[in-house]
Amino acid sequence: MKTTWIIAKRELKSFFDSLIAYILLIVFLGLSGFFTWLFGSDVFFIGQATLSPFFSIAYWTLFFFIPALTMKMLAEEKRSGTIELLLTKSVTDWQVVTGKFLACLILIAIALVLTLPYYFTVWGIGPVDHGAVLTGYFGMLLMSMTFISIGLFASSITNNQIVAFLLSLFVGVFFLIIFDILANNFTGYLGGLFNYLSLSYHYDSVSRGVIDTRNIFYFLSITFFGLFLAESVLSKRNIVE
Amino acid sequence: MSIVVENLTKKYGTQKAVNNISFKVETGEIVGFLGPNGAGKTTTMKIITCFMAPSEGDVKVSGHSVLEKQNEIKRLIGYLPENNPLYYDMPVLDYLQFVAELQGVRRDKIPLRIAEMVKVCGLNKEKHKIIGELSKGYKQRVGLAQALIHDPEILILDEPTTGLDPNQIVEIRKLIREIGKEKTVILSTHILPEVEAISDRILIINNGEIVADGSPEMLRKQSHGQEVLQVQIADYSSKDELITALQSIETVGMVDPIEGVDDTFILNSKDGLSSSRNVFNLCVEKKWVLTQMTPIETKLEDIFRELTTN
Repeated sequence: MKTTWIIAKRELKSFFDSLIAYILLIVFLGLSGFFTWLFGSDVFFIGQATLSPFFSIAYWTLFFFIPALTMKMLAEEKRSGTIELLLTKSVTDWQVVTGKFLACLILIAIALVLTLPYYFTVWGIGPVDHGAVLTGYFGMLLMSMTFISIGLFASSITNNQIVAFLLSLFVGVFFLIIFDILANNFTGYLGGLFNYLSLSYHYDSVSRGVIDTRNIFYFLSITFFGLFLAESVLSKRNIVE
Repeated sequence: MSIVVENLTKKYGTQKAVNNISFKVETGEIVGFLGPNGAGKTTTMKIITCFMAPSEGDVKVSGHSVLEKQNEIKRLIGYLPENNPLYYDMPVLDYLQFVAELQGVRRDKIPLRIAEMVKVCGLNKEKHKIIGELSKGYKQRVGLAQALIHDPEILILDEPTTGLDPNQIVEIRKLIREIGKEKTVILSTHILPEVEAISDRILIINNGEIVADGSPEMLRKQSHGQEVLQVQIADYSSKDELITALQSIETVGMVDPIEGVDDTFILNSKDGLSSSRNVFNLCVEKKWVLTQMTPIETKLEDIFRELTTN
């Protein structure tokens, strides 16, 4: 755990030492604020004190931002060879993967915390469903975990950052849209399966304010599976033929 | 802190990068790993440092197997990989801090260790810079500093002097020799004089196999262009008499008994002279049995070339 934290700390520092963290935070706050307050089906347009416009835009912004964060995580280390230096220190592959995961998650959590003023302002306008806001944020975090782990996996199988970025978007689209569409086109067992795989289905039920262990289990298992795959790809160098 | 490599084999697909090699490095030795490009030096080092698992065989570092006790081994080893990969966006001090924490240096000792590394590696002037801004020589020093930060018992350096200017090369060599007084060092290179300058022992590897293993002492003598003979003599009465007799041959410069092998000597002839006839005549005269007399190649470069080209 301590080693994981040391790795996460370094990644976070490199986010804030470069422009990555600031650009992410500013663009994320700007975009979500714009659509929450000023444009489209914003708070004033629908005439309700609700954060649902914020959550639906944040959902898509994170979908694009997280791959941008994770794409360099392992791909760049592999390209520059620093992965060799890192893995010959007293760390395990799993600690490296989870450390990087933790760093991304913390940055996303910071971005979400910075949107809390939106919540307080909306609260000022009228009665807010506090439970829904809470579960909305919770759903965001769960969804981010899933995307980060997918992004790390994509980053682990290539040493080209662009490929990693596109690949994690590609995989993400399946979970976000395609499984959902497939679920609507199939009935019976297959339909149920695709429905279960669809991230938007689980996200919707969490953000509606219903926290079911089944949904949480879904997010956590995909996260774990993504991290596990990323670790396996890293460990591939050890395979004895 | 010994390193024992036992029947090590590493395959990449069907190609054998390292083919069934075995050797042993004792505590305090500086071993030069020599060989042409692609001979398997780097692969061997990557296996010793637990970056890759061997296909067959085992490496034991201080009794721990690389197949089981990887974390223990990683703490014992300081490693400078080929091409010296570093995080170019990090400041030197932050980077050393990061490595020290990873290698489990005690929190209160970290500033001390960093200060010492900055001093030992001569980084004082550049310590606040970002690694990417440093010149190649200074990057190399950062690479050495990160390898040494946790005061490892074993130092493994993969081509530590590539790309440096002659002054820097001399400095880095001096540094390695200094460090090597207390630690076990394995370094690879394909620069012959470098190995001679630094190492106690030379291992030449070619096509994944060890083709020579010996002290540079022996090799340097050979590189002076003298005739060197390996002679084995049996049925003598006293060893002292034998050595004195060999030494008194007028063409013989020096007699060196080979350690661990009975009755075998390395005879260095004086420059430009040959001793083989005289040795033979001496044996006949004294009624000793000459069981072996092998001329040994005369130049380190020649030996290297002969061993590494097929």
